[in-house]
Amino acid sequence: MPPSESRSGESGKSEEIKAQYKKFIGRKLLFIFSSLLLIVLIAGFAATLGSYQISVTEVYAIILHGILHDPATTAELVVWNLRLPPILMGILAGIGLAIAGTTMQAVVRNPLASPYTLGIASAAGFGAALAIILGKGLATGQYLIIANAFVFAVLSAFVIYGLSRHRGATPETMILAGIALMYLFSAMTGILQYFGEQQAVAEVVFWMFGSLGRASWDKLPFVAAILALCVPLLMLKAWDLNTLGAGDESAKSLGVNVDQTRALCFVLASFMTAGVICFTGTIGFIGLVSPHICRMVIGGDNRYLLPASGLFGAVILLSADTIARRIIAPTVIPVGLVTAFMGVPLFLFLILKRKREYW
Amino acid sequence: MVTLKVKDVAFSYASVPVLARVSMEVGPQEMVAVLGPNGAGKSTLLKCIDRILTPHLGSILLDGEDLVKLSRLELAKRIGYIPQSLSHTFSVTVFDAVLMGRRPYISWHTSEEDTEKVLATLNMLHIEDLAMRDINEMSGGQMQQVFIARALVQEPDVLLLDEPTSNLDIRHQLEVMHTIKSIVRKKGISTIMAIHDLNLAARFADKIVLMNGGEIVAVGDPSAVITPATIREVFKVEADVYEKEGKLHVVPLRAVRTK
Repeated sequence: MPPSESRSGESGKSEEIKAQYKKFIGRKLLFIFSSLLLIVLIAGFAATLGSYQISVTEVYAIILHGILHDPATTAELVVWNLRLPPILMGILAGIGLAIAGTTMQAVVRNPLASPYTLGIASAAGFGAALAIILGKGLATGQYLIIANAFVFAVLSAFVIYGLSRHRGATPETMILAGIALMYLFSAMTGILQYFGEQQAVAEVVFWMFGSLGRASWDKLPFVAAILALCVPLLMLKAWDLNTLGAGDESAKSLGVNVDQTRALCFVLASFMTAGVICFTGTIGFIGLVSPHICRMVIGGDNRYLLPASGLFGAVILLSADTIARRIIAPTVIPVGLVTAFMGVPLFLFLILKRKREYW
Repeated sequence: MVTLKVKDVAFSYASVPVLARVSMEVGPQEMVAVLGPNGAGKSTLLKCIDRILTPHLGSILLDGEDLVKLSRLELAKRIGYIPQSLSHTFSVTVFDAVLMGRRPYISWHTSEEDTEKVLATLNMLHIEDLAMRDINEMSGGQMQQVFIARALVQEPDVLLLDEPTSNLDIRHQLEVMHTIKSIVRKKGISTIMAIHDLNLAARFADKIVLMNGGEIVAVGDPSAVITPATIREVFKVEADVYEKEGKLHVVPLRAVRTK
């Protein structure tokens, strides 16, 4: 602790801190804008990939032109109808999963949490399996699987919400309830698969890998609408999420309604995750790795961390999908498998590099 | 400057009573030390005052106003609380950690005024050099200063500290106590601290509240409350208490055998 010597130059020191703090915020904004730029660049490159040859500049020209005009030429039809939907789904899914992951980490106060920590992926998987194997569900046609996955994911979130309302919304309660639900839904999916027909079982497995291949223009508005609802609400809660990091007692003494904040943010994160994975299947690691990397670069203030990790999540997911298309082209492997392969070395690197213990 | 009154406050975990109708008073600018063995209810009392725990009975009055009527946010403008274990799960700069103390006043955007208040407080505690460092790199003493700074930018009338010296070496114990004492005087804040160290309490507190088994057993000047008889009674320890250079000194001798 510094002794109380020179009291001169006090204001100079304050000015210096202010300048440093401004620079720190500048760095955060720079990271956010760089991520945005990267998304545009990778998306442009990704749209050139495929059997029909189009250059990057053509892609941007077609996109700009297509905003006001209906696609007419083959190139325009290929870009707008075939290539853009999975790319846009990738961007939305990346944003949604990464922000949901950042939120879950703050909510359960553990940097190892992800959108799937509380069993939502198993619940969605069970809903999908129910639709694929038994053909039972809450909608018809191609929306049967989507609606089922979404409803069961949201249902599991509300079970955890209900339990935490009853027992107090502590991270421990939520995690234990999540583990129980995860095993329950996994077991029920297992039973369906055990008795299901071979082809249907294969389809379930494929669904669970997570892929952007099923994206289409009519599905994008659903995901976009859910993000447009949840992200601003979570941003409003950014300060409260920050205070949770100091512990429940400190957060309460700073005027935060801890239980309510935790429950609301958890529900929003779950809703967003459900909205994404019902269309894509479970794409892992984005929600875990993106917040980690962003926190290392720009620090833990959720006012900046939430948008930064969302955009960076889109960068990671788009990159992974590009690799998934290129690595053994023309065969496209599900992006969920690539993110797992990318995520593991990245994660090991973070563990080896980390400066301090998390527990 | 305010007077805080705790009236008949009772609290129990499940069915285990922890506080049994506790009443006490803290005057303007007064520094009160709550003493007592482990499990006496010291921390629980502080948490009840800041409504981190909700008392089952009784009321807490700040200048006659019942704190139950205040929202959490309003309460945070009146009372600052520093918990016993200080940590942050995620990395955050000291500046941002202290800025969180402005949470009751800001909705999202922080103003120039907030920044100035944080800087002035860092300056007052002589920790402005740490401003841009990560809070998890702080030593125990620095961490305590950061949390004190956070509580001060809340601009509270009352400051509650739970064992502020328990993780510190003797030099930092003294420094932290001096810091608190001078702030209490400078800012006109009333302070209640739960503390284990009888000597520090005797030296710095204006008033001692001695607790045992969820009840207050003695209240008064350090020299009136900290005596061989009360120490034997409450802590089950034989001790010498003597005065030297106007300061009270407690020397524990041996534990009293209990049946």
